[in-house]
Amino acid sequence: MTRRLLGLLAALVALTVVVVASIAVGTRFIEPSVVINALLGETRGEEAIIVHSLRIPRTVLGIVAGVALGVAGALIQALTRNPLADSGILGVNAGATFAVAIGVSVFGIGSITGYLWFAFVGALLVTVAVYVIGSAGRRSADPITLTLAGVAIAAVLSGVTTAMTLINPRAFDELRNWEVGSVAGRDLGITATIAPFVVVGVIIAVVVARSLNSIALGDDLAVALGTRVGLVRVAVVIAVTLLAGSATAAAGPILFLGLVIPHIARWIVGPEQRWILAYTIVLSPLLLLLSDLIGRVIIRPGEMPVGIVMAFVGAPVLIFLVRRRKASSL
Amino acid sequence: MSGVDFGHRVAIIRGRGMSLRIHRRAVLVSLLFAVATVAVSLVTLATGDFELGLDRVIGALLGRETGIVHLVVMEWRMPRVVAAIVFGAALAVSGAIFQSITRNPLGSPDVMGFSTGAYTGALVAIVFGGGSFVVTATGSLVGGLLTAALVYLFAYRRGVQGFRLIIVGIGIGAMLESVNSWLILRSKLEVVRTAAIWGAGSLGGVRWEQVLPAIIVVVALLCFGIAAARRLSAMELGDDAASALGVNVNRSRLLLVLLGVSLTALVTAVTGPIVFLALAAPQIARRLSRSSGVALLPSAAIGAFLLAACDLVGQRLFAPLAIPVGIITVTVGGAYLVWLLVHEIRRTV
Amino acid sequence: MSALTAEAITVGYDSRVVLGDLTVEIPDGGFTAIIGPNACGKSTLLRALSRLIVPTSGRVILDGRSIRDYPATVVARRLGLLPQTSIAPDGITVAELVARGRFPHQGLLRQWSAADEKAVAEAMAATSVTELSGLRVDELSGGQRQRVWIAMVLAQQTELLLLDEPTTFLDIAHQVDVMELCRELNESGRTVVVVLHDLNQAARYATHLVVMDRGTIVATGTPAEVITEQLVREVFGLPCLVIQDPESGTPMIVPRVRR
Repeated sequence: MTRRLLGLLAALVALTVVVVASIAVGTRFIEPSVVINALLGETRGEEAIIVHSLRIPRTVLGIVAGVALGVAGALIQALTRNPLADSGILGVNAGATFAVAIGVSVFGIGSITGYLWFAFVGALLVTVAVYVIGSAGRRSADPITLTLAGVAIAAVLSGVTTAMTLINPRAFDELRNWEVGSVAGRDLGITATIAPFVVVGVIIAVVVARSLNSIALGDDLAVALGTRVGLVRVAVVIAVTLLAGSATAAAGPILFLGLVIPHIARWIVGPEQRWILAYTIVLSPLLLLLSDLIGRVIIRPGEMPVGIVMAFVGAPVLIFLVRRRKASSL
Repeated sequence: MSGVDFGHRVAIIRGRGMSLRIHRRAVLVSLLFAVATVAVSLVTLATGDFELGLDRVIGALLGRETGIVHLVVMEWRMPRVVAAIVFGAALAVSGAIFQSITRNPLGSPDVMGFSTGAYTGALVAIVFGGGSFVVTATGSLVGGLLTAALVYLFAYRRGVQGFRLIIVGIGIGAMLESVNSWLILRSKLEVVRTAAIWGAGSLGGVRWEQVLPAIIVVVALLCFGIAAARRLSAMELGDDAASALGVNVNRSRLLLVLLGVSLTALVTAVTGPIVFLALAAPQIARRLSRSSGVALLPSAAIGAFLLAACDLVGQRLFAPLAIPVGIITVTVGGAYLVWLLVHEIRRTV
Repeated sequence: MSALTAEAITVGYDSRVVLGDLTVEIPDGGFTAIIGPNACGKSTLLRALSRLIVPTSGRVILDGRSIRDYPATVVARRLGLLPQTSIAPDGITVAELVARGRFPHQGLLRQWSAADEKAVAEAMAATSVTELSGLRVDELSGGQRQRVWIAMVLAQQTELLLLDEPTTFLDIAHQVDVMELCRELNESGRTVVVVLHDLNQAARYATHLVVMDRGTIVATGTPAEVITEQLVREVFGLPCLVIQDPESGTPMIVPRVRR
């Protein structure tokens, strides 16, 4: 118990370091002392402005989105008993992209604040649709059916989205910027808008964490242990839609975070859901901010969006994981 | 008639040291879709900017027409129609092979990142190499094959297992998608829009000199595919049982993967990624012909029909605006899967 | 020398050694049962004998030559294996599955000869699944399904039959059915090798026992020779009484009650 606690504290310290680094590092390196001053309220001076208007918003969004995606991934993995599940398979990304495409093409909206709600609602609707189609009539959300449903709906939506963007050059331009997944260019207002949903999602996750331990043993055993399986399932779906939906709405589609971190957490603490959740909450924003940092540094003075860096970080980890485990079926 | 009851009707043909056992329903389904493909093709040849009567189309096919009619039918429209049939069959067979090898309905070259890799190769060719047809096609071919090699290599661990192949494919596909998004993001808008249109998968404007080499190779590969059907059936029983029956499982799997990848890569090189056909056609074929496991011939027929039909729809639906066929296949394929899932649920409920 | 032998084979995965320098001769025309505690390597031995696994040293000999020298289909016409885990493709019927056993005898243009048809019909008759011929395999009971798989191996028409735990998950009547079927096949001239976890079944049906423990062979011989209270105690850790089976006269193990 103490070992886990110590590990968590170490992770928290690491997170703090990365947060400060995230604010300090970029096209222009800002001294940590200036960072601290700015955080404490100093708003004058060019560097303080950079800190307040650019670095802090993206760092805060990185934390919030990171937590949201990580927790969503942990929940999905626990619920579907599929260690290779990601909230993205539920069609969140496709739904959000589709809705944004509609927002831009049909309603002429041109900024992230404008199509935030579109993305959110799109992600929500699609996740629910995928879950309903993928699990109705069966006792458990069969992973293959869920994935098939996600792939199918994502395909239809992406087809229509591509058609819309090919017809409308402006939509194409907007969408190619949105699709890569980035925490840059979004002000604190956006983070503030999604924060309540993320908070609710995390609270639900914490509440059901213990039940998820039983569900990991199989539905029958879970019921025998007294878990309200149906209720937990609904709660998890709500939480995942809120979390993954908000994160994607604000930052665009970011893959792999929700897949990789819960795994690493499980590797460190074992299959105890409450500890996995705790570690996920700390490690996800850590990885996200780190990736964002790398993206800012690697092609200076240009920037590589975090979604792209994450794919290059996450995919090798995924491949490594698959090679390590004794392959079983999906 | 067979002395053994197979549970479905079979036709046995025997003669001079040769014998064939034919699954009647599968053959019927194949024939049906072959006829439908011909019908759709005739409509495609007859309609468009230049409306032609069916009699003139058939006349042109038989070589009896000259001048503008001959030009329109045989030089403009025919390459597109033949390409649709052959490439549709190729994609479907490739999908059937992969689904059989991975023993998973999701085991499709699209899901496993090969199409994405082909797109990456093409993007590189367009953004850095000028983007002529030959350059793009080469880039796409190289991209697709390299990706397949990467996926296979990373999935190899004392042999390749279906599940691992899919997941590694998804992983590498995701990385390549990021590369694609990055290239699209960082290049000039006009350049990238051309690339995006290519990326949507299109049969538009193809000419004989572009498609003929590909068609010949694809047909040869398809013949290999049909010959490999026996081995595929044996491998469906599991690696152990297949080895026990005398199949060299690892080598066969490698050859089959090579075959499947080549089919997809060749088609993609010419048309751009046309996704979902490889996923949907074999599933439809299995269900309609009620055969167990892989059904190569019906898959090919249904693939040909689907691509020809989707191309027709893409050309005519919003005429004069032409929608790339890849968009139609993705939408139709996805909708079909959704319908399928809903249908299956109603069955179990 | 027997048709099928293993000569000083070592089999391992990565750094783990499962079989160490093992030599065994499978008596022709006999009914050999390989027994041993969990993880002793009996399945691995069977898989090595049937060419599914390549030994890191030593060799398996079939008909006087190393088994790896033969093309795979030639081996498949001499040696049939029923693996522990096989997959029945979705929706396949009984006859179709049994027919797949003819693979080593068929070719691209020789898909269903009269010989194939006869072999399949005979195999189904021998396993009493002819009435189930047109039914889907996934609709059958566990016992029926196992008999269908055995029919598939029979359709291969091999002289050597290797079966890996064919009675697992079957209820007792079906277990006896399968063992009796194996005995009939043996009496009709085939060499049968079975991996079993049930000692009494092995003692009752086998003419030759191979007892394994931790990757090596501990004893071989007839059941009467091999099954002793001392051996069972040493190899299986079970104190027991060995009596004579009242039906068959073969040794029968009765575990001692621990008071």
